[in-house]
Amino acid sequence: MSNARGIPQVEKKVLVASLLFAGAMLALIAYAAIRLGISVPTCITNVKPFEEGQLIRVAPGRYEAHMVAKKWSFLPSSIKVERGSVVDFYVTSKDIVHGFMIDGTEVNLMALPGVVNYIQTRFDKPGKHQILCHEYCGTGHHDMVGFVEVTP
Amino acid sequence: MIQKNLRAIILVELLLPLALLLFGAYHGVLQVLYRAGVIQDLEFLGINYYRGLTAHGVINAIVLTTFFGVAFGNAVISQQLKQSVSAGAALAGAALMVLGTLIAAGPIFAGKADVLYTFYAPMRAHPLFYIGVVLLVVGSWVSFWAWIPGYLRWRKEHPAQKTPLGAVGIFTAFIIWQMCTLPVAYEVIVQLIPWSLGWTSGVNVVLSRLLFWFFGHPLVYFWLLPTYVMYYTMMPRLAGGKLYSDFYGRLVFMAFIVLSSPLGLHHQFTEPAISSGYKALHAVLTFLVAVPSLVTAFTLAASLEYGARQNGGRGLFAWWGKLPHFDKERWLFPYLFLGLVIFILGGITGIVNASYSMSSLVHNTSWIPAHFHLTVAGPVFLAILGMSLYLSLGLLGKKCAAPRMAVAVPYVWTLGVFIFSAGLFYGGLHGSPRRTNLGISFLDPTSNLYRPDWVIGEYVGAAGGIVMGLAVLLFFYVLVRSLASARSTELADSFALPESEPYHDEDVKAVRNFKPWVVAGIVAILISYVPPLVQVLGANYPLVSE
Repeated sequence: MSNARGIPQVEKKVLVASLLFAGAMLALIAYAAIRLGISVPTCITNVKPFEEGQLIRVAPGRYEAHMVAKKWSFLPSSIKVERGSVVDFYVTSKDIVHGFMIDGTEVNLMALPGVVNYIQTRFDKPGKHQILCHEYCGTGHHDMVGFVEVTP
Repeated sequence: MIQKNLRAIILVELLLPLALLLFGAYHGVLQVLYRAGVIQDLEFLGINYYRGLTAHGVINAIVLTTFFGVAFGNAVISQQLKQSVSAGAALAGAALMVLGTLIAAGPIFAGKADVLYTFYAPMRAHPLFYIGVVLLVVGSWVSFWAWIPGYLRWRKEHPAQKTPLGAVGIFTAFIIWQMCTLPVAYEVIVQLIPWSLGWTSGVNVVLSRLLFWFFGHPLVYFWLLPTYVMYYTMMPRLAGGKLYSDFYGRLVFMAFIVLSSPLGLHHQFTEPAISSGYKALHAVLTFLVAVPSLVTAFTLAASLEYGARQNGGRGLFAWWGKLPHFDKERWLFPYLFLGLVIFILGGITGIVNASYSMSSLVHNTSWIPAHFHLTVAGPVFLAILGMSLYLSLGLLGKKCAAPRMAVAVPYVWTLGVFIFSAGLFYGGLHGSPRRTNLGISFLDPTSNLYRPDWVIGEYVGAAGGIVMGLAVLLFFYVLVRSLASARSTELADSFALPESEPYHDEDVKAVRNFKPWVVAGIVAILISYVPPLVQVLGANYPLVSE
């Protein structure tokens, strides 16, 4: 059992099992990213950093939201879309680093000054969702909230 | 034996951060009270929530861990490599670390550095905060360099011997530390200090974050590896057995040198300016670094089982009962064993965080502190507490004055951290943010931001936090009573750290030399970090100031 040279069988099996475990997890992530289209934000260059927040209605049920984070609010502070709408969020910051998380959705971004972050999401749950700053940004951090109102 | 002329240095390196920990832990308890809405204010007893949060992170995660890594390294290296450490260099390192800590403490407590321990630019702190942190880190480098000549000499004098495994683990920790602190040193020295002094107009924020997170994840292996040294080289002996596989110990340490750095983007999955392809590469590499920890789980469980069977353990699981869980003569054992138990959950939740798109669900929610309190505040913190007590009493020639209480501490802590994390995991999955003074808005029933769905999680978190605070108090009771007890020169002279023998002592040349592994580590860093660095530098982001 105990041999001085070479690696015992049981230890080899453990290494193989560990690698298989990591591989299986990665395969699931790859499946989610490639087949289901669930990914993470990437580097976008087609939108320059902006100072004014606005919600643009591109077509019925299609919106583009330009969101500015600043100490300690979001611009626009509240947006209203109808249920089932697809919204392209472009998010930047006017001053320091902020967070941008919309409650009850998968929208979870960092808002950095001088650069634009992007995610697309679809709102299926009617009601008023909080937009939370989840990155510490000074003494008013815990009051930095915006809203997305999804009408039925 | 631990080198005589290092003993006073080691004691200072152990006891100074423990004294600061009293405040760090105090503000841990206060935070859960603020977050649960028990305290509904910006500050309590003159200390602002975010100031306390900064001190909690800096003291517990940087000061305590760095000092302990150096102190424990001084002890292990000088014992295992036969008195080879230059005491002058070790003293210089310790002096720089103490000086840096004192310099950084000033602005933190004066409210001039409410920037948290991540100090995200362009949030600005007083220059002395950054300068103090730099001195602390440079002091740890000097302490590391003090071990190198003696190690090379030892290798020359013992050509046929393997380097003792504990020394290999300590060197691994500090090789990783040396590599990963260079980019963050660049960030602090080139970007932040001149800007904080008003010499430059601002900071390239995207670059600063890339540099910070290059450091931010290998940092956790710097925390973890001294604990692994205890698991591999001391715990089997405490359990009455042997290390199951010497080869696996060495392989795991070498694998960490290669794999612990090229993966920092998994902290930046939700950020702009970096392509999702580069993030995916780092996700893959993050899963690879889980492999040495999975292997460790096997080796340590096998070592414990071997020890338990030597003690008369039987059956498939009944041997667990033959481990010294409550043995007051071996009170160090539960600090290590319970850390391993906690680490099972810490590891699994870490895999969740690393899982690329899954990050969108948990990033910057209270799920994250729930996770890392099961790693750095689980195995790492318990090992630091247990070993600090063990080492400082051993070096002073004192005995533990309250061994039953010393055994109780890790159990109370484990109970507390499980309750705490359960609450924060729940809150995180319901969108409760980390780092936020919730009591003043979201947990205040009269606020229009009130979130009733977060109340349970924060209450459970607060209950756990209070139990954790109690464990720390019990620990200090044991420490102070023991330090006040009578000293025996005989005990001090005969003191040595426990060292486990290997059960399988494989002779595999490939894991006996750091060099190829360090080279592979540097190649892995270049492959994983040059493309995003080129992308970020090529975009010419503006310099931003607060």
